[in-house]
Amino acid sequence: MSSAASPAFKRLGDVVEQALPKLVLGPTLLASLVFVYGFILWTGWLSFTESRMLPRYELAGLVQYISLFQNDRWWVALTNLAVFGSLFILVCLAVGLLMAVLLDQRIRAEGALRSIYLYPMALSFIVTGTAWKWILNPSLGLERLVQQMGFTDFTFDWLVNPDMSIYTVVIAGAWQSSGFVMALFLAGLRGIDESIIKAAQVDGASMPRIYLSIVIPSLRPVFLSAIIILAHIAIKSFDLVMALTGGGPGFSSDLPATFMYAFGFTRNQIGLGAASAMMMLFTVAAVVVPLMYSELRRQRHG
Amino acid sequence: MASLEVRNVRRVFGSTEVLKDINLSIDSGDFLILVGPSGCGKSTLLNIIAGLDTPTSGDVLIGDQVVNHLSPKDRDIAMVFQSYALYPTMSVRKNISFGLEMRGVPKEERAKTVNRVAKILQIEHLLDRKPSQLSGGQRQRVAMGRAIARDPALFLFDEPLSNLDAKLRVEMRMEIKLLHERLKATIVYVTHDQIEAMTLGSRIAVMHGGEIRQFGPPQEIYDEPADLFVAGFIGSPSMNFIRTEVVERGGDIAVQLKTASGAFALSVPGQQAALRPWIGKSVILGLRPEQISAGGNGQTAGSKVQEQRLTIDLVEPTGPDTLLFTQISDATVCARVRPEHACRAGETMALAFDLSKAVFFDPQSEKRLRAP
Amino acid sequence: MAEHAEVRTAGPRLLGRAVIYALLILLAMYYLAPLFVMVSTSVKTLDEIRAGNLIALPAEITLSAWAKAWSSACTGVDCSGLRGNFWNSVSFVVPAVLISTLIGAFNGYVLTMWRFRGSDLLFTLLMIGCFIPFQVVLLPMAQTLGWLGIANSTTGLVFVHVVYGLAFTTLFFRNFYVSVPQEMTKAARIDGAGFFRIFWRIILPLSPPIITVTVIWQFTQIWNDFLFGVVFSSGERQPITVALNNLVNTSTGVKEYNVDMAAAIIAALPTLLVYVVAGKYFVRGLTAGSVKG
Repeated sequence: MSSAASPAFKRLGDVVEQALPKLVLGPTLLASLVFVYGFILWTGWLSFTESRMLPRYELAGLVQYISLFQNDRWWVALTNLAVFGSLFILVCLAVGLLMAVLLDQRIRAEGALRSIYLYPMALSFIVTGTAWKWILNPSLGLERLVQQMGFTDFTFDWLVNPDMSIYTVVIAGAWQSSGFVMALFLAGLRGIDESIIKAAQVDGASMPRIYLSIVIPSLRPVFLSAIIILAHIAIKSFDLVMALTGGGPGFSSDLPATFMYAFGFTRNQIGLGAASAMMMLFTVAAVVVPLMYSELRRQRHG
Repeated sequence: MASLEVRNVRRVFGSTEVLKDINLSIDSGDFLILVGPSGCGKSTLLNIIAGLDTPTSGDVLIGDQVVNHLSPKDRDIAMVFQSYALYPTMSVRKNISFGLEMRGVPKEERAKTVNRVAKILQIEHLLDRKPSQLSGGQRQRVAMGRAIARDPALFLFDEPLSNLDAKLRVEMRMEIKLLHERLKATIVYVTHDQIEAMTLGSRIAVMHGGEIRQFGPPQEIYDEPADLFVAGFIGSPSMNFIRTEVVERGGDIAVQLKTASGAFALSVPGQQAALRPWIGKSVILGLRPEQISAGGNGQTAGSKVQEQRLTIDLVEPTGPDTLLFTQISDATVCARVRPEHACRAGETMALAFDLSKAVFFDPQSEKRLRAP
Repeated sequence: MAEHAEVRTAGPRLLGRAVIYALLILLAMYYLAPLFVMVSTSVKTLDEIRAGNLIALPAEITLSAWAKAWSSACTGVDCSGLRGNFWNSVSFVVPAVLISTLIGAFNGYVLTMWRFRGSDLLFTLLMIGCFIPFQVVLLPMAQTLGWLGIANSTTGLVFVHVVYGLAFTTLFFRNFYVSVPQEMTKAARIDGAGFFRIFWRIILPLSPPIITVTVIWQFTQIWNDFLFGVVFSSGERQPITVALNNLVNTSTGVKEYNVDMAAAIIAALPTLLVYVVAGKYFVRGLTAGSVKG
């Protein structure tokens, strides 16, 4: 070909220059491959062994998964995750949407109010847990306050009541995260083309009607991403439970994350801990993948 | 200034062939236009000339030197982008001198160049502003200034006017043309606007589907389109295309046309050799709107012009001309007449057809019919 | 007639506005209440706490609980307050934030301005790292840190936070640079600037907003982290969140709620301060991280 007539080699500088982007991205990719994907496989491997205090690498089949699902504490953790997860998501969505819609009504001091609703997001779950642990204190906290207001029969002992302890996690968790959902929805509301709302007004629709049939349905993508994020927070929830109830009383407010920590690190059951970690990964995948997939498909089909 | 040659350039992305064997050659000082609808490959070709993209095969030569192996900075080119691509954090002065600085030009010389360029483009008063403080037209000037300052062998323009409003676009078009004449620069200019292509270019390459459909001087492209696509793409309003049958009428070649009120034939002067093999067959007649004018002026006698009375469906005054639309052989046909000759919609009037510049296409291959 | 009509429409409208504002203020009080309770409890004496109630204002303000939380409260066996842990946190948070932000910036720059075949796929691969529950990497990481000899060290925590923060920082910068016209890089290449020169001279000067967003996001995330802290550090190496949790859950002796609250506020203060000063960027980070992540 004619290019043979031209100098086929490139200058060294140009070669380096061309490789630079890949070189720069390299370490991150390597880190991701090893410390994310590699470690997932590693944990997966451990979950098929009889590792206890020290990791062992002879495969032993599904023993850990079998003992996991024969473990009452794991079932409590799973049930709690279902209860906590669904309530947490529902409350956050409802409160977040309410606040966003209210704030969207040309409110004075909107900025200040928004900041107030959102500041819990800046706190550590440990701080949140500590604060709510005090507020929900069965003798000195909310219970005493209401009793002093004249309702002397009032009891509020959820924090130490094994049947109710998981709901305290919902209360504290929703307090921390609903402001964030508000911010998402508010951004979504601000992104709606105002001429659509004007057109509906011209058509004679009332404001509540406009919200119900036009505005909120058009927030569908926001709902989806909010649900994905909230589900993700719920499944990973660890710090809040540790600070608020420590998983107790007993193990009544355990979640998979605290279960994994207890068995993997404090009770020297590495194999079981690995199995529970893998189950958490599968749960996240089971929730996130279908939601993301449906969203992507919807976007593609316009 | 340098010549440019593109030899057998192909570019394949995955399984799609974006450029199919492109060949081009222009002389030093030429103004080459790459024109075509979006997705035709013109921007890819420009990027390949610039070195921002690599051809799958083939060569690019600037000033008779193969530059395939050279990175953009070593090709001695300058480029003006559609979005202007001004560096937003730098002042206009810095924007213009950045390329010189990268090439190690001494400071005093840079200052001198900036001032000279600013004078040419009349942007001296803008030198200390940031791009965000400029209007669209001013940004365009700065982008050109950045290119001129470098005094390159080759200027590349990537749809530089498409972000400007209509009035400014016409102004800037004139300025680019003046600049070209003043600098005697070699320019490659990408656009999808056929008016820009016609007014600016000394050579035009009309591209479609990764191929160059026709390459030549503007008037040749306009008068002698190589195929149906080029004929339809260049010219506004577009050329009329009418499906018709070639007949022989007393030794002459004619085309058979029909309207709601009946059929008529128009004889074709010239092109005997090209059309004779097509007698009795169907072809596509291409006739530009200005080749159909108002009849009944008594000038037709002895000329090649033939008249026919037709019902006018729609009238569109444009100011200097009025466009009349009528229905011939199932095609909507546009005629360009002087405003005072226009009738009203629904009326009939005599239209004069000048077929001396008519072109004919093979309905299958869509290629121009030429003498064998 | 006209007057009537006006009254009829103005009445419900005014009422509606009143309801909206009442709801908003009620919600604001709900969100502020825990903060108020924390602050007021932290400046009360223990006797007053036992005698009074949650929302009662302190009769007299004392900072002794704060002093104790800072320098002499017991977190487990150690009784030197949160002071040491506070500076622990500072010592690994600052380098972790800076390193992960810098690398994220370069990654975002490559993924937008220097895309190559497969770079989008690599980005997707990287982003999945945002989604995994970190429990799934804890056991191998504990072992690896031991092998590397950086278990229970500042370096170890910096390393872990950088590795698992990169997906987010990369996402932030990539999403920001996506809106910077690629032509800018092309123009600079033709002008003769190379990979690093374009980054320093053209791209970085555009980036202060996204740098602020990323730094704030990373700072908040890493400062507030508990999981990595509790798993990968122990004793006096522990970050402040772990120490706070230990302090609150130490079961020996009298429960000092005022010290707990003071300690909680101390742990929350840096991120709260950032929120007050740069809340706008904090929110941007939250929404940016969520839209795509």
